[in-house]
Amino acid sequence: MAESWDPKTRETVKKIPFLTEKSGPRDKQKWQDRLKQELHALITYIKMNKESDTDWFSIQPNADGTHWTGQCWYVHELIKYEFDFQFDIPATYPDTAPEIELPELEGKTAKMYRGGKICLTIHFKPLWSKNSPHFGIAHALCLGLAPWLAAEVPFMVESGVIKAKV
Amino acid sequence: QEINPDVEVESYTMNITTLQGFDSFKSSLQAPDGSSRVDLVLSCVDNYEARITINQVCLELGQVWMESGVSEDAVSGHIQLLVPGTTACFQCVPPLVVASGLDERTLKREGVCAASLPTTMGIVAGLLVQAALKHMLGFGGVSMYLGYNSLKDFFPTMDIRPSAACVNPLCRELQRREEERRNSPEARAAAEAAAAAAAAAAAAAAATPLHEENEWG
Repeated sequence: MAESWDPKTRETVKKIPFLTEKSGPRDKQKWQDRLKQELHALITYIKMNKESDTDWFSIQPNADGTHWTGQCWYVHELIKYEFDFQFDIPATYPDTAPEIELPELEGKTAKMYRGGKICLTIHFKPLWSKNSPHFGIAHALCLGLAPWLAAEVPFMVESGVIKAKV
Repeated sequence: QEINPDVEVESYTMNITTLQGFDSFKSSLQAPDGSSRVDLVLSCVDNYEARITINQVCLELGQVWMESGVSEDAVSGHIQLLVPGTTACFQCVPPLVVASGLDERTLKREGVCAASLPTTMGIVAGLLVQAALKHMLGFGGVSMYLGYNSLKDFFPTMDIRPSAACVNPLCRELQRREEERRNSPEARAAAEAAAAAAAAAAAAAAATPLHEENEWG
């Protein structure tokens, strides 16, 4: 994986709104407040991406915001590779970050755990701990899923474990 | 159970970090009145998220637990005793890398996954079970923290006090209550009585002559 955050990622994440409500899914009313902030950050992030023509994911929550699903894509050598992703909000969120899963890629790369959870430990978890509770789902996607796709998709294409549908 | 038929094994296979998993885990520890039905919980998990989850459940139940771990380079490990409100909770002390501001790049080298040595793990497991026996059967001393550095054969012990600035509000509340309990008139009286009894015993021991006879004196 990359030695450090690349400047573009750093720049982008600084523009995503920080979350101030420290509450998790077990907190009933305050979770609703947190969810509002999560959605605000996500909408801002997606808008930024669309404006810079780097839109790379779509995402939907379930009714109580505890399970999220979406699609993400990465363009490698002019071909767009799209994948489904999902994650649960852990009971101890936001102290613990959500574990993003891409079930259809399970077994295709060493940088993935059972169930398709992407391997993030090197940079991501210490950064999340330092910034908790201000990081939210948008930050997890920007700092977790995006760099993972950037590192793993070219590798998987080149090693032949994923193929373009064309 | 074949070795010891008196042992009852209940098995729950699940991810305890999800909402449902958290609730299932917590209720598996509870008696009908909501209090904990176990004397001790031993954590033998391999990731931060699960430890935070166990920490939260044990804080909510006032449950004494022990945590164990092996380092990413597989050559050191530790066990820790956590008593809600009395010792540090798992979140009182942030992981070394966050506290010291170490650049996370120094944590792992590129392309390398965590190493594991069954020997180190076996030793840490032995230390954990030993501590569990001492705690439950009341012999010897259980350190709050016992480390194992295999490269130097070094077993450091230390006390980890709770942090007044712990990020977990429940931990801070339990610390407050423990402080109150210790300062309560009953607790103070009991402590004074114990100190007086110890002093009396020491004085009695000093008063009796060491040797009844002494052919040289």
